[in-house]
Amino acid sequence: MAVLDFEKPIIELEKRVQELTRLAEKHPEIEGELQEIRERLARLKKEIYSRLSRWNRVQIARHPDRPHALDFIHGMLEEFVELHGDRTLGDDPAMVAGIGRMGPIRLAVIGQEKGKNLKERKHRNFGMPHPEGYRKALRVMQLAARFRLPVLTLVDTPGAYPGIEAEERGQFMAIARNIQEMLRLPTPIVTVVIGEGGSGGALAIAVADRVMGLEYSMYSVISPEGCASILWRDASRAPEAAEALKLTAPDLLRLGVLDALIPEPQGGAHRDPSKAIRITRDVVLRHLEELQSLPVEFLLQKRRARYRSFGRFRVKTADEN
Amino acid sequence: MIFRRPRKPRPTAQPDIPEGLWIKCPGCKELIYRLQLEEHLWVCPQCGLHFRIPPDVYIQFLFDGGIPEEILGMDLYAEDPLSFPQYQEKLERARKRTGQPDAALVYTGKIGGIPVVLFATDFRVLAGSMGAVVGELFVRGAHLAIERRTPFLALTSSGGGARMQEGILALMQMAKTTVAVNELQDAGILYINLLTDPTMGGVMASFAALGDLLIAEPGALLGFAGPRVIQQTIRQKLPPGFQRAEFLLEHGLVDLVVPRHELKSTLELILRLLWGENHG
Repeated sequence: MAVLDFEKPIIELEKRVQELTRLAEKHPEIEGELQEIRERLARLKKEIYSRLSRWNRVQIARHPDRPHALDFIHGMLEEFVELHGDRTLGDDPAMVAGIGRMGPIRLAVIGQEKGKNLKERKHRNFGMPHPEGYRKALRVMQLAARFRLPVLTLVDTPGAYPGIEAEERGQFMAIARNIQEMLRLPTPIVTVVIGEGGSGGALAIAVADRVMGLEYSMYSVISPEGCASILWRDASRAPEAAEALKLTAPDLLRLGVLDALIPEPQGGAHRDPSKAIRITRDVVLRHLEELQSLPVEFLLQKRRARYRSFGRFRVKTADEN
Repeated sequence: MIFRRPRKPRPTAQPDIPEGLWIKCPGCKELIYRLQLEEHLWVCPQCGLHFRIPPDVYIQFLFDGGIPEEILGMDLYAEDPLSFPQYQEKLERARKRTGQPDAALVYTGKIGGIPVVLFATDFRVLAGSMGAVVGELFVRGAHLAIERRTPFLALTSSGGGARMQEGILALMQMAKTTVAVNELQDAGILYINLLTDPTMGGVMASFAALGDLLIAEPGALLGFAGPRVIQQTIRQKLPPGFQRAEFLLEHGLVDLVVPRHELKSTLELILRLLWGENHG
């Protein structure tokens, strides 16, 4: 298990608690000391997790042991059939798409998949889709709409893949088309940012009636590294850039880009993946049920209004200058 | 030994029309007399390089009579929603230099006798990047075209894509402008993209890709990811002409590549064929 720097004191103390717990079975006289250490651990956790910097949160959002799209899909859905291919060029493993059932609701699910180990991560291209991934996503969303299934999208990508072939095949066009069609897809759409929301590559599956984020997810116009190298020509100043970009889930809720936060187990979803998935499932189910009860025309009108409302500006009259 | 990445000539990197009576073409290094360049619509008579020019210069040769009837957007000012480092200062400097509040304006006029609304982004203001003002003006321009039932043109020079300094709210402008694109389609209004150097990132991956027709200027850099980012990711040399207008034409991503001095006549023809007198 990968351990982040700021997690280290917690993990160490946890190990100590485990050891002492085992010891206490034979030596009940250390119960008192054990209790004290447990309390210290609880205090330490509270202290560390209540003072996380934005950069710490980015690290949690990118944590390799964080549950990824397929973990959510298999954990949240009782039945699932994965569908492949964009019917034009190929099948993109960075984008997972399919149909399934979550409790009483039949639905389509789209998600960017980063992969669990190095081999898988390579196969999944680290969750960075090519145009065919976006085209597959759109194809399955449109299939869902034709059969009146709602759509759930799970966002977790560093961004759309920046490569020669991706550009040749029209990465910009694939993203633009998805945004366009999602704005008028005649079925409810719910988006959950489960980890990393990397710019246009995230938005291309994140135009929805409800956009939610896990507590330790992030969503940004540019990666903190990219921002730092533009601002200061120094990618290592990413922690500062993360502060400037206001890219954490709580920031996004304040800015109105997220409609709701989904709480995570203390310390982040990687500390208790199945609990994180269970909580997410409950929230998603509630929103899907609510959206399904609304007439589609009303839904589309609200969806358009949601996106039209973004951005702040001032209107200045001539004599103000 | 120090390895230095070979500096490729960046023929179109100048931020603005250069000063001076004699101008060195960044493409062929030829010295050209300023008046001659102006007469050639800022296209190098030696090598054909299209200089990057601001929207008002386009208006001079695209619109009948060379001037706009109205200009919209001089009253819209960006906020600084994230209190982003240096944002206000950068905007203020660009405002002083250009005399306009942000990176876009909307112009109305006629092309070949047909009334049009033209939305244009301006590279001189934060690399033409799209923040709230740019997004809002696109929407207002589109609505004006719908209201007057005239074709809508979007001329872009936006190397910056979505404006980093406005964070996630800038990214949301991609969806906001696309709502207006769908409204244009629903209203049956002809929408044409004029893609000039450079149009990248969140601008290229939203409204700039979604016109009924995509017309690009020769040599314009057009794409999603910036060439530098791609080079850093794949660690190999990019093929010559990569992401240039001709490359996009070859890959079926734009309808036409049109040299600047043929842009007006081409637009007139297309407007006549697709829009005609039915709407006049």
